[in-house]
Formats: sequence, structure tokens, C-alpha cells
Amino acid sequence: MTLVQDLPQVRGVKNIPIQEGFTSGHRTCQGCESALTMRLMIKAAGPRTIVVGSTGCMYVANTTYYSTPWVVPWMHTQLGSSGAAATGTAAGLASMMRKGKMKDEPINVIAFCGDGGGVDMGLSGISAALQHDEYNLLILCYDNESYANTDIQVSGSSPWGANSTFSPPGKVHRIMNKRWKKNTAPMLAAGHPGVRYVATACASYGLDFTNKIRRALTIGGPTFIHVIDPCPKGWDYDPKYSHELGMLAVETGLWVQYEIADGELTLSGPSRAIQSGVRSRKSVREYLQRQGRFAHLTEEDLDFFQSRVDESWDEWWLPGVVPFKKPEE
Amino acid sequence: MTTVEEQLFMTEKEELISGSEAVAIACALADVDVITAYPIRPYDTVMQYVSQLKANGAFDCDFIVAESEHSQFEIVKHASSVGARTFCGSSGVGWFYAFEAIAVTAGLRLPVVAMVGNRALDDPGAFGVEHNDALAVRDLGWMLYWVATAQEALDMALMAWRIAEDSRAFLPMALSCDGSFLTHSQAIVNVPTQEQVNKFLPSYDRGRLQLHPDNPITVAPQVNEDWLMEIRRQSNEAMTRTPGVIKEVYEEFKQVFGRGDPSPFIEEYMMDDDPDIVLMGMGTLALPVRVAIRRMREQGKKVGFVRLKFFRPFATEEVQQALGGAKAVAVVDRDYSFGSPSFGGVLFNEVRAALYPLEKRPHVVNFIAGLGGREVRVRDVEDMVEITQKAIDTGKIEQECNWIGVRE
Repeated sequence: MTLVQDLPQVRGVKNIPIQEGFTSGHRTCQGCESALTMRLMIKAAGPRTIVVGSTGCMYVANTTYYSTPWVVPWMHTQLGSSGAAATGTAAGLASMMRKGKMKDEPINVIAFCGDGGGVDMGLSGISAALQHDEYNLLILCYDNESYANTDIQVSGSSPWGANSTFSPPGKVHRIMNKRWKKNTAPMLAAGHPGVRYVATACASYGLDFTNKIRRALTIGGPTFIHVIDPCPKGWDYDPKYSHELGMLAVETGLWVQYEIADGELTLSGPSRAIQSGVRSRKSVREYLQRQGRFAHLTEEDLDFFQSRVDESWDEWWLPGVVPFKKPEE
Repeated sequence: MTTVEEQLFMTEKEELISGSEAVAIACALADVDVITAYPIRPYDTVMQYVSQLKANGAFDCDFIVAESEHSQFEIVKHASSVGARTFCGSSGVGWFYAFEAIAVTAGLRLPVVAMVGNRALDDPGAFGVEHNDALAVRDLGWMLYWVATAQEALDMALMAWRIAEDSRAFLPMALSCDGSFLTHSQAIVNVPTQEQVNKFLPSYDRGRLQLHPDNPITVAPQVNEDWLMEIRRQSNEAMTRTPGVIKEVYEEFKQVFGRGDPSPFIEEYMMDDDPDIVLMGMGTLALPVRVAIRRMREQGKKVGFVRLKFFRPFATEEVQQALGGAKAVAVVDRDYSFGSPSFGGVLFNEVRAALYPLEKRPHVVNFIAGLGGREVRVRDVEDMVEITQKAIDTGKIEQECNWIGVRE
């Protein structure tokens, strides 16, 4: 296995590197949290990094010919190929370094995908990438809960009931998306015992996210991070509230922040406080009712939504993480 | 049992091996860095041999068994972008499962080398050879070569990296090998030494297009209508340059290894006396056709054969020269193109188009034969010649596309 870089944990937000790897030139929407995710990701990883991005907003809106925002080497990959792209890039480097065809040095390999590319189409490729313990790579799934680049269509990671161009509330069917959001990170952690690091995060908690990127890049082997990114266009809210909505997703217990390092689960930020009983969860209404995509939900729908979130905290074996029922005491 | 010395290709030797094994040996000799595999018959025999070579220490590569053909081709595409020499392959619908990756590999001008073990596109289920799988990429910027023998498989694989990785080309190349007839059939093959190969094949240098922190470029940004046409034009110009590169590489190969045909693009058989009827086809079809021609020659019929080796780039002038003097050309397609002009095969329509600018054009008759791995028999070839002769005798083609050896 090739070496990893020395990327120490950042203590305090003021110590986040000032150097930018994702600069001007991108054309993302106002209030785009995925753009912030990209910026923090590459700040954490540093310049000796190759980034491969699968099709999605962060390709199409970000990377226009002659105005790329990427300071680091960057390459597009196909919608469902983040896993294969990371594997191929890492394998190419590892092979040539081992054979002396290229200078042997640690180079970070990060492949990112949206929820459409990762949670839906690319799942098998990501799974395969996570089986290759011999390659150091990170797959980052930025989840804005829809195919946001193609006009906001529902994905396997969209919340129940969300209005999208493929799940519009109509006169006969109020709820068109009846699927519950996939529990992706635990699925990948549980399914690939050789993987040393799987985490969830949110750019609203920038320091936590930065340090998770660094841990993923330095622990060795293939790793996975799932980030929730509020999307003003897809979620239908005023762009100035992106940061707040990210916090609310966590504070309502809907999005749980944790890391699984060498099999050990640790919740972070408000999720940890909720878990330990230091603070109580906010009502999901506070989160849902601020987004136009849920405007059609009735009181009954909101109660149902709340009950599902309650269940994940009160009845799951590992609250908010693993959906098996608690064993009998 | 082979000795370690033999395994490490220190001495030149003759071996009884299949086409797939020949390509696997070429991978080792070419010191390929990243190889990806996914099982599908019949191509996957090459990967079985590759994995044995690696397991036995005959060469060092990252051999990755992907979880699908799509990932298989994506992995080598990205490995190639950072400067690694790559190899992969597939057959039939597996090749189609990877189609998205295959299309962009050519668009990105990445010199991936692949082996297609030609196979029918089932359903209905069929393992046998048809050329439609590899032919599907004919418009995308892949160089396509049809192999006839195990020796040619080894030789052309070595040339493939040299041609594809030439910065004037930087285009992917596929070696099409007829399923079973070539992938699984053994023949005596001369295996060169590592020293000879090193003299012939330099290492892959991606140059200023290499994705690396020391060269922080952006590959494949959104270009849209603003730039795409210029980029397509560049790909076209690269393909236009490939015949020159191929000729150069082929000549050098002949010098180093002491074997090869006069032309890298076509192989002519019994063409010296300008025969009235010329058969044309690709791949292992050459075997029964040669036998049939020898038999017909004994009976006094002037028949020759032109085997097209490179389908892309298509050697228009060479084909015109070889076929232009004939009275009639019989094109044998191991493929179909439903609804195409004259409802004929792919090769037929390409050859007919290539001959169109000639002032004096031969009759061009099409034969669809050997689909799904059905054997093309000597007497099938004789039937083709008989039908073609009728076109010469009557001055007109009764039926342009004829299915041969089919239950009717």
C-alpha cells in the first residue's frame, strides 16, 4: 500500500488551511451547500490531491471549459463511476510507483458523487471500490436529495413525500415519492468490514467535516463519507437559510453525524448531544415546514414523518444509525 | 512444466497456445500496469491466463476483478489518465454493458487496449461469434483490428500499445478475436523475448495530459456547443493520422521480429493474377475461405481473397486498389445491420461505399454467414462464389444480400 500524507486534525475553525483548492469560476447557485462541501473538502485534503467528479451539479455547474474552479488536478467520470474512477486512479498511481515508473509519494485520491450517482446508480461500483484494501482512496457522496442538475428529480436518497419534478403532488396522489431515504453510510460500513473509515457530515459543521476528510485520507485503504447538502433550488427555500437548514437537519435527528473508525461508532456535534440525552431533538416540523418541497404535506403526513424519525432514535439498536430492533433486555 | 527462465521470457520459443493466451503473454511482455477483468465467455479466457501469469510471478500488474463491465472499463480509463499502461476486454453484451465507458474513453483520447472476444448479442442466448459487438463502436474513435491467428493476436497486441499510445493517435484500440475459433483454438506461436519487446515498445508517456498534482489540469470539463465541435474535429484528425502511425509501427515490428504481411491493413490471398472474383471478410473466416479458393483454383476458377484487418481506420485506398480490378466482389459479413442499405451487413456497406468513387466499379454482392458461431463451410464459400459468378454472367445482381447456410 502506498503511503498516506501527514494531515493532522484541525483544532479550531481558525486553523482550517487558508489555501484554496476550489476557487472562482464555478457557476453554482446562490446558497449552494455542495459548493461549500467541495471547498472544505479540498482545503482539508490539500494540493497533493487528484479529484475525480462524477456527473451531477458539481460537474455541470462547476467545471466549465476555460473557467474551472479546481486548482488541483481534476477529471470527470461517468454518473455511476465514482467507485471505479477512484479505484482506477489509485491503481494506476500505485502500480507505477511500485514499478518505479513514477516518483513514490502519497497522493490523495478523492472521487465524489451526488446522491443520484452514489446512492442510486453508482452503489455497486462504490461497494467494489470499498473492497480494495490495497488502495488509499476516499469516495465522497454529496447528497442534496435529488437529481438537482437535471431539474430536481427524486432519487433513492430523497426524503419521503418530497415534491420533485418526478414526484409532483397531484389531485389524486398527494404523495408521489413513497420511498424512505436509503441508509447509505451504515449500509456501506456494515457491508464492508475491511473498510476502516465511514462517516457522515454536513458543511454547516465545517470543522467536523474538515477533520473527517482528513481522517478518511490518513487512516489508509478505501473510505467513504456521506454529506448532506441543503439545496435552495431543489428544496425550495431562500438561499440565505442553507446553513441553518443543514443545522436543523441534524438538530431534528433526521441527519445523524457520526464516524465509524475501525469499527468504532462515534456520534459528533448535536447528534452526540441527542444520543447522550444532553439535548432533545427539535420537531421535524421546524425543518420540513421551511422547505417548499414539503408544502403539500398534511398534519397527518407530518406526524407520520415525525413517527419514523422517533422510531429511528427510540427503537433502533444503534439509534439513528442501524435499523435493527434493539434486542430484548 | 515451464521453467522460471521460460516464464520470464528470456529465451525465444515456440508454444502451442490459444489466441487468448497469446494476448495474455503480450500483456506480460508489454509490462501492462493495470488490467481489469469481469467474466463473460469467450474473451475471459485471456483474463484467466493473465491471472495465472500474475499468480506465478511472471509479471507485475494491478489485476482488478471489477464488479461489472462498466466499472471494468472505467477503471482502466482512469488508470490510463494518470499514465498507466492498461488492458481490459469483454464479449457480446458485456461489451455493451460497458458502452458508456467505452464511448468516453475514445472521447478522452485515452489509449486503452482491449480485447473483444466476438460473441453474439444474446438474447436469445448464444456464445458463438458474431462481429456486431465490436462493430458497435466503429463511429466512436476506437481503432478496430480483426485478428485471424494466435500469432497475429500476440503480435498485434504488442503493436496495439505502441500505436494507441503514440501521441499522434492517443486513441483506444480493440483487438477483435472470433469467439472460440480464435479465443479457444490453439496454434503454434512464436513467443518473443523480453529483450526484443523492450527494443520495440517504449513506455507509455501521457506527457502534458497526465493527471498528476505536478500537472494540475482539468480533464473533460463541460464544453457544450461552444467547443465540442472543435474537440470532435481533433479526434477526427487523430484518427486521420493513425494510418501513418500504423504503417510506421508495422514496419518497425517487421524489422525487430522478422515477420508480418506486406500491408498492416489488408492481407491478400491469391490476388497476384487479378482474379475476376474477390472474396472479402474479417477474422478467422480466412481459414475456410482459403481452403475453398485452393479447391476452386484447382478447378480453374480465378478467385482471390482479401482479409480486412483494420476496420478502423478503414484503409480506403488499399481496399480500392485491391478490389477495383475485380469483376465482382463478394463481401462476407459475420454480422448484420437490420434495415441498412440493401438490408446488407456492416462490412458490405462500408466496402461498397469505399468503392463508389471508382470510375469502373465491380459488382458488390453481400453474404451473411456464420452468425452465432455457425461454421462457415468450404461449400458455403463455393455457393457464394457461384452466386457472385451469376452476377458477372448476367450483368446484374439478382439479390444484393444473401444469407448463406441458413434454414429457409
